[in-house]
Amino acid sequence: MATWHEYLINEGRPPEWPYPIRFGQEQEIDTDVLVIGGGIAGCWAAISAARQGVRVALLEKGDVSRSGSGGPGCDHWCNAPANPLSRVDPDEWALRMADHPYSNGIGLQIQCREDYDTLLEMEQMGGKIRDTEDEYVGAEGRDDETKFMISPRYGVSPSYAPDPHIGEPGFNPPEKRNNVVIRVWGSTFKPLLKKECKRLGVQIFDRVMGTSLLNENGVQGARVVGATGLNSRTGEFLIFRAKAVILAASGAGSMWLMSMEHGGYSNMHSRNDSGDGTAMAWKAGASLTMMERTGTIGIATGLKHKWYTGAGDASYENVPIVDAKGRRLPYPIQGWEDAGAMSPTAETTEKIHEAILNGEYELPFYGDFPAMSEVERRTTWNLMLGEESTTKILVNTMKDGGFDLGRDQLLSYKFIEGQSLPQWRDAGYGGGLLVDWNLKTTVDGLYAAGTQTFSPEDHSYCAATGRYAGRKAAAYIKEVGEGQISRDQIEKEKNRIFAPTKRTGGIEWKELHNGLTRAMQYFVSEFKTERLLKMGLEEIERIEAEAVPQLFALDPHKLMRSIEDLSMIEYAKIIIHAMLARKASSAALGLKRIDYPEMDPPEWDKYLTLKLVNDQIQFGELPQRFWGDMKQQYEAHNKDYTGVYTPNK
Amino acid sequence: MSEQKVFAIPNVQTPSMPVIINPDACIGCNKCVEICPIDVFIPNPKKGGPPIILHAEECWYCGCCACDCPTPGAMTFNWPLPLKPRWRNKETGAVSQL
Repeated sequence: MATWHEYLINEGRPPEWPYPIRFGQEQEIDTDVLVIGGGIAGCWAAISAARQGVRVALLEKGDVSRSGSGGPGCDHWCNAPANPLSRVDPDEWALRMADHPYSNGIGLQIQCREDYDTLLEMEQMGGKIRDTEDEYVGAEGRDDETKFMISPRYGVSPSYAPDPHIGEPGFNPPEKRNNVVIRVWGSTFKPLLKKECKRLGVQIFDRVMGTSLLNENGVQGARVVGATGLNSRTGEFLIFRAKAVILAASGAGSMWLMSMEHGGYSNMHSRNDSGDGTAMAWKAGASLTMMERTGTIGIATGLKHKWYTGAGDASYENVPIVDAKGRRLPYPIQGWEDAGAMSPTAETTEKIHEAILNGEYELPFYGDFPAMSEVERRTTWNLMLGEESTTKILVNTMKDGGFDLGRDQLLSYKFIEGQSLPQWRDAGYGGGLLVDWNLKTTVDGLYAAGTQTFSPEDHSYCAATGRYAGRKAAAYIKEVGEGQISRDQIEKEKNRIFAPTKRTGGIEWKELHNGLTRAMQYFVSEFKTERLLKMGLEEIERIEAEAVPQLFALDPHKLMRSIEDLSMIEYAKIIIHAMLARKASSAALGLKRIDYPEMDPPEWDKYLTLKLVNDQIQFGELPQRFWGDMKQQYEAHNKDYTGVYTPNK
Repeated sequence: MSEQKVFAIPNVQTPSMPVIINPDACIGCNKCVEICPIDVFIPNPKKGGPPIILHAEECWYCGCCACDCPTPGAMTFNWPLPLKPRWRNKETGAVSQL
C-alpha cells in the first residue's frame, strides 16, 4: 500500500489531510534580511548575510535540503577563472563571457571574481570538490596536486559551439587549455547549505511560498520592507517584516507547455519554478528587462525522453556517438577532442540528416561507452552524471537494472524523437530583475540573486551572486531603520490568496495552467505580430476576468499550485507587453516579428526595461554594456571584500 | 468470485508510481516526506507506516527521495513506462530496457 487509491481501498476512506488546516491564520516574523527562495542562490544569500551578523529568515516552497534546480546536485562549477589551474585572467574572462548581446556583465564579473572563493567555502562546509579518494587517477583533466578534476568545457573559448579548428593537429593541447570549469560532487552540496544556515541561526521556513512583497506604506515603488508567504501544508499566512529582502526565487514556469504525460516535468525544471519572484517584484514596482526573450524548449518537455536518458545530452562528456552499425557520427562530444563543444553546427546537423535518409547512417544512435578508456567512462558516468542535478537516480537505477558501462551502449533519442515544436517555448532564463553593482533592484530595500536577475547563468553563478547579494543586503540594513508595512496591502493580498479556498467547484489549477499554455501557444509563439500579441493579451485578460474567479483549491497544496498559476498569468502578461514594445526582431532574444522582420536593426540594439508606476506600465531603455567598466566597477564597489570566509572570524 | 468491494474512484493519476515502497523494509521515518521539493508524499496516518504517494503526477523525477532514503531496500525509483532508458550490448546487439 503506497498510493492514495490503495489506501482508500484498504481503509475504506481517503486519508485525512495530515497537517493542521490554518487557512488565513497569521504568523508575524521580524527579521533583518529576508531571503525568498531556498535554492542555491537563496541559501548562499542567507549564509552570507548571516555571516555578517544580521538576523536572517529564509523561506522556501519545498524543503531547503533538496529544493531548487540545484537541489539534487551539480556536476560543473562552470566558470571559475580564479582557480589555481586556470590559464585566464578572471577580469578578462568575464569580459569574454559578457561579449555577446543581452548578457549580464554585472553578474558575470561577480561570478568570475568570486565563485572560486565560493567553491572553497562550499568545501569548508564539507562539500566534495576534489578527488580526495583518488577514484579518478589518470583521467584527463585531473590535477594530481590539487586533485581538482577539470572539465573540457570552455577549453579554448567561452562557448558551446564547435571551434573552427577542431581536428587540426595540436588543437586544444593540455598545456594551453583555459581550465575554468571544475567537475564537482554537487549532490553533497544542498543538505550542507541547509546545515550551515541552521548553524548560523538562519530562521528557515520550509514549505512556505512567497506571495507578495510589502512596500513601505503599501506604495508601489517605495522601499520594500517585508513580504507575505503561504504555507503549502497548513494554509497559514505569514507576514514578514524585514529591513531588506533578497529575491532568489526561480525563473519562469511552464507557460507554454503543460505536459499531460508528465505534468511535473513540462520544462527542464520542476513545477515549483513558476516565476513567483518576478511577478511579485513587478507588482512592487521593480524594473524588469529582457522579458521579451524566449526560446524553444529543446529537451525535457514531458513529451520527449527525459533529459540525460539519451547519449549525446549535456554532461555526456567524451562519449562518442555511433550509429546502429557502430559508425562514429560527426556529432560534438563535449570532450577534450572538441574543447567541450556541445551544439553541432547547422551544417553538421543537416549532414547527419541527409546521411540518415540516404542510408549512410542507420538509426538509432548510441553513446559508445565501451569505446572509451575505463577511467574516462567512469568519470563521465559516475562523476558527471552521478552528480548532476537529476541524474544520480538515473545512474543508480541503471546500475541496479544491469547496465554495464564497459559492455553496453546507451540508446540516444536524438533524431528519433524529432525536434521540439516551435510553440513549446520557454521564457527562459533570460528576462529578470534589473540590478546594479550591489545586486540591488530599482526598488530600495530589494535585492536579487541567481536566476532572479536578468540574463542569469548556471549553478556557480547562482552561488556567487547569492553570496554577494547577502553581503550587500547585510551592509544596507546597518544603515536603514525599520519600515512601515501597510495593513491594507496585507488584507488585499489575503483576499487574493485565499479566494480559491472559498469554492469547491469551478476550475482547478491544472485546467487554468493548461488554458494559459494554450493561449501562449497560439498567440505568443513562432509567429509574432502586433495583432496576435494583442489577441494573446486579451485572451489572458479574459482568463483573469472569467476563469480566475472560478479557481478552487481543496487543500493548502492545491492552493499553492493555484497561486503559482496566478504568478504565471502575471508573468505571461509582462512578456507580451515587452514583446509588443520591442518593434523589431532579434536573433539574440529569440524574437521574430513578422511585422518587423529586420533582424537586430541597430536602433533596437538596446535593453528594454519596464516597470509599474501607479499600476501603469512605464518603459525605459538601456544601452548594451550599460554596467560600465566591469573591472573598475567591481573594484569600486568591493573595496571591503575579504575573500574566503574564516569560520572563527 | 469472492466479494470484492469496489469504490467509485476517478481515473488514477498518470504516472501513478514514481517510486515503489517496500512496506516490509520501510520504517516510516518520513525522510522522503520531509525532503521531496514537490510534496509528492504525505505521512501515513498510522505511525511508522510507509508514506502515501499523493501527488504522483507532480513528480519531476529528481530522485532525491530514493537517493536519500536511509533504509536499504525500502524505496526503489520507478521510471514511468515512457521514460525507461534503453541500452544494447555492444557485442551481441541485445537491447535491454529498465
